[in-house]
Amino acid sequence: MAFVPPKESFAGRVFPVTIGTGVQQTFGGENTLPFHSFEGEVPNRPLIAYEIQDVPPEDWPETVRKLYDGVSDDPVKWAKYCEEELKAKAVALRLVGTHPDSKDLSAEDAAKTVTDVLGAIKVPLIVLGSNHVEKDSEVLVRAAEAAKGHDCIIGKAQEANYKTIAAAAMANGHKLIAMSELDINLSKQLNILLTQMGFDKEKLITDPMCSALGYGLEYTYSVMERIRLAALAQNDAVMQPPMLADVGMYVWKIKETQAPEDVLPEWGSLEERGIAWEAVTASSLLMAGAELLIMRHQKAVEAVELFVDELM
Amino acid sequence: MALTGVQIFKLLPKTNCKKCGFPTCLAFAMKLAQRQASLDACPDVSEEAKATLGEASAPPVRPVTLGTGEKAVKMGEETVLFRHEKKFVNPPAIALEIKDTDSDDVVEAKLQDVIGSEINRVGQLLRIDAVYLSNDSGDAGRFGALAEKVAQKAPETAVIVGTENPDAADAAIKPFSGKNAILHGATEANAERMAEIAKSAKAVLGVKADGLDALSSLTEKVKSLGVEDMVIDPGAKSAREILEYNTFIRRAAIKKNFKPLGYPVINFAQRDDALFESLVAGLGIAKYASIVVVSSAEKWKNLALFTLRQNIYTDPQVPMQVEQKIYKIGDPTPDSPLLITTNFSLTYFIVSGEVENSKVPAHLAIMDCEGLSVLTAWAAGKFTGSKIANFIKESGIENEINHRELIIPGYVAILSGAIEDKLEGWKVTVGPREANALPAFLRSAQAA
Ligand code: SF4
Repeated sequence: MAFVPPKESFAGRVFPVTIGTGVQQTFGGENTLPFHSFEGEVPNRPLIAYEIQDVPPEDWPETVRKLYDGVSDDPVKWAKYCEEELKAKAVALRLVGTHPDSKDLSAEDAAKTVTDVLGAIKVPLIVLGSNHVEKDSEVLVRAAEAAKGHDCIIGKAQEANYKTIAAAAMANGHKLIAMSELDINLSKQLNILLTQMGFDKEKLITDPMCSALGYGLEYTYSVMERIRLAALAQNDAVMQPPMLADVGMYVWKIKETQAPEDVLPEWGSLEERGIAWEAVTASSLLMAGAELLIMRHQKAVEAVELFVDELM
Repeated sequence: MALTGVQIFKLLPKTNCKKCGFPTCLAFAMKLAQRQASLDACPDVSEEAKATLGEASAPPVRPVTLGTGEKAVKMGEETVLFRHEKKFVNPPAIALEIKDTDSDDVVEAKLQDVIGSEINRVGQLLRIDAVYLSNDSGDAGRFGALAEKVAQKAPETAVIVGTENPDAADAAIKPFSGKNAILHGATEANAERMAEIAKSAKAVLGVKADGLDALSSLTEKVKSLGVEDMVIDPGAKSAREILEYNTFIRRAAIKKNFKPLGYPVINFAQRDDALFESLVAGLGIAKYASIVVVSSAEKWKNLALFTLRQNIYTDPQVPMQVEQKIYKIGDPTPDSPLLITTNFSLTYFIVSGEVENSKVPAHLAIMDCEGLSVLTAWAAGKFTGSKIANFIKESGIENEINHRELIIPGYVAILSGAIEDKLEGWKVTVGPREANALPAFLRSAQAA
């Protein structure tokens, strides 16, 4: 029996998103399932951004914190290090120091950090809040203003605070991350609310919420697959923005990236385990449809880039 | 080829006796066509109909077993392409490659890696399931000797014998006769002899060809030689080829009921770098492989791959929850602290793991919130002050502890007043927001 490959093509396509002004990066744009270039078009690689913070990464485990010794006390040095030494294609600045339980830095402090970091790098910048609903709507508004003209990604807008953040992103010419918690309907609803207030859906990035390997990865994986099928097979335009996997933050807080080998010998080397945890979480979510990743460990990023090389 | 409901109906007794559990033969036929019923349910079906229907109603991916005994691995039987549609059925075997050019020490070390690979993760025992023996030397005697050694030192481990040389295959498969080993494999050039060897050793036959067209004709040929149990290898090397071939194979089997590719798939993920190898192996796990061959079995890599396999193969339709009760962690006394959280199984595993980690024995109250996490349960009104108070009162914990202090998750700090109002004589302490801060929290509370 001669075999005819059961190729599938789709009516829908993921929006391509371009960010940055100096060096520009584009991700998304495919009209097929993740890396299915054997039956559709996959014009762009996924984009991996290195994560940095406005305050020193005291709660990052040693494995990843030590990579940034000597630069992580200053977000400007840290950002430059990522661009120059690690060849980062993009940088994600998390303003975690603005959280009331952290240093409670002001929106002005945050805006200054954003301005300084933008002055130091050429690659695109992603500006993230501290995930405190009220504080983010102050901080991200000022941050978006400070970054005007740089075509950044601002995030994350959630159901409780999307209006102010989206308005600021729109007024200052940025892309926007829309985050909801592990539910395709919530994702869709938030994207609809954003488009209803006039935000261009082609400037959105959907964050269905990340989870680490072993800690709910399968939820993120399946929500992403469902969102992608809605975009392609159902040609649902609200579901067509590319997706974010905010990997580093979720991976580097769990036990597998922290428990030393002498306590859990059956888990093997802590260093390699942590790196593998970040890389496997990232590569799995790429297979589910993520196009933008935020990661922390250089070795994990490099392994995932190599994996993408083999897939493209 | 798949039969329609009406075609199947014509083969049934047409008595509408209802013994199959359906009101009519036609209703039963429709279910059979959708593969939602099994022909066995009709006691009166004729032998002739069974033969005709058997082929058509067989599962789209043939069930094949690797190995024997408790550690046997079931493969095949998959019914969907995406895990949200329905649970993926049989998690893939991970097989460690051992070459007949490896030194004795290396062989020994790899066997120990396999035997010692078992890990308990959230209640499941996970391990490297098999070894893949490679005939890199090309020498039959040497390959046979490796097989003897493996059979002797790791008698319970399932084995895949990898060679295209029939003499080497014959020598190496013998020690595993009757043990559901896989002989990998048959090619266009050697199919007849390999089929004979596989049949006489009662082994599964691995069938390999370059590309899916050649592979489909080869499985047909092998089947005509009298071998039913096969695993297939489309010759994928790069990650891209693994994704492409595995996707087409799964689609052809499930959506087109294309029998020549309706077999479990074996993928080779070996790479020089162990970290990179874990990503390629992970692709096989997520995308339809039934066997993934790796070149090394570092504990950290095993843990990552086992965990991924477990995640991908969990049932998406069963809400993940654990039983509502007060769990004892460590060996708590009446003075040990009492913590509360929701019954989302992930929450339970993480919190109980961290409490264990702290080495502070504790009572952990797990409250039924329909499997929701703390914040979601709170938002949905299932984790509220009065519900928590009721649960604590009804649990009987008051008779088991001397103190009246309840530690609640930091995310619901807002509930402390409401709980204290409803639970007379109790003091509520706000714990950390994230479970990983629990060890420090519990230890400092204990020291205080
Ligand atoms: S048991 Fe068989 S004969 Fe009776 S109704 Fe069902 S299909 Fe028809």
